[in-house]
Amino acid sequence: MGRRTTLDRFGGKATAIGHVRGLGPSHGGTHHWLLQRFTAVGNLVLVGFLVISLVLLPNYTYATVHSWLAHPLPALALALIMVNTFYHARLGLQVMIEDYVDTPGNKLAAILALNLAVFGGAAFGLLSIARVALGAV
Amino acid sequence: MLVSILHRVTGDGMAFLALPVLLWWLGATASGPDAYADFAAVMGSIPGIIILVGISWAFFNHMSSGIRHLVLDIGAGYEIETNRRWAIGSVASGLILTAAFWAGVLLI
Repeated sequence: MGRRTTLDRFGGKATAIGHVRGLGPSHGGTHHWLLQRFTAVGNLVLVGFLVISLVLLPNYTYATVHSWLAHPLPALALALIMVNTFYHARLGLQVMIEDYVDTPGNKLAAILALNLAVFGGAAFGLLSIARVALGAV
Repeated sequence: MLVSILHRVTGDGMAFLALPVLLWWLGATASGPDAYADFAAVMGSIPGIIILVGISWAFFNHMSSGIRHLVLDIGAGYEIETNRRWAIGSVASGLILTAAFWAGVLLI
């Protein structure tokens, strides 16, 4: 697409160790990479709990689901799922944006919108769980 | 390559579809029987069930190829034959777990 990458522009001038220390155009990413794995392992446990619970529930009527979600353990698991899956999704969608949105301004806007959406979504979920678990009918 | 693409598509797809459905389910449960009836009517319809089956396959596929990623991250499984076997295994595992999940939902 005619884009000149950082490597194209600066590649010839850096020493070998400079290439390593430069960490590429983002100047970071280890933390992102690690958190993607940490949240992945968390999701394995938490969503695993949700999947097994869904199989074991006798039906999915309002009464059944409401009384199940009012118990402390399912409420805790769902609350953690809100934090963990939305964080995992935030990291994954950020990579998608970085790969496919090339214009710097659009990229910033997309990542801004992503952050608002995931925090808003997780907060809505947490509030809904709290409402059920703390007894509002 | 197919496994890598499927991992991305199912992951990003779940972010756009599975998380909103999960939020709607929780929000409807918190709102009361009427809101829950709306949710149940939409998700119990044929298109709704197709969406739920799709979400469950996306999850089990993403989970299977994700576990493969974690194993590759510790440095194992880079021999061509092993790598190929695990790639095929992760796709098969996604399909088998989806079938097992729905069998469990319908039978238990």
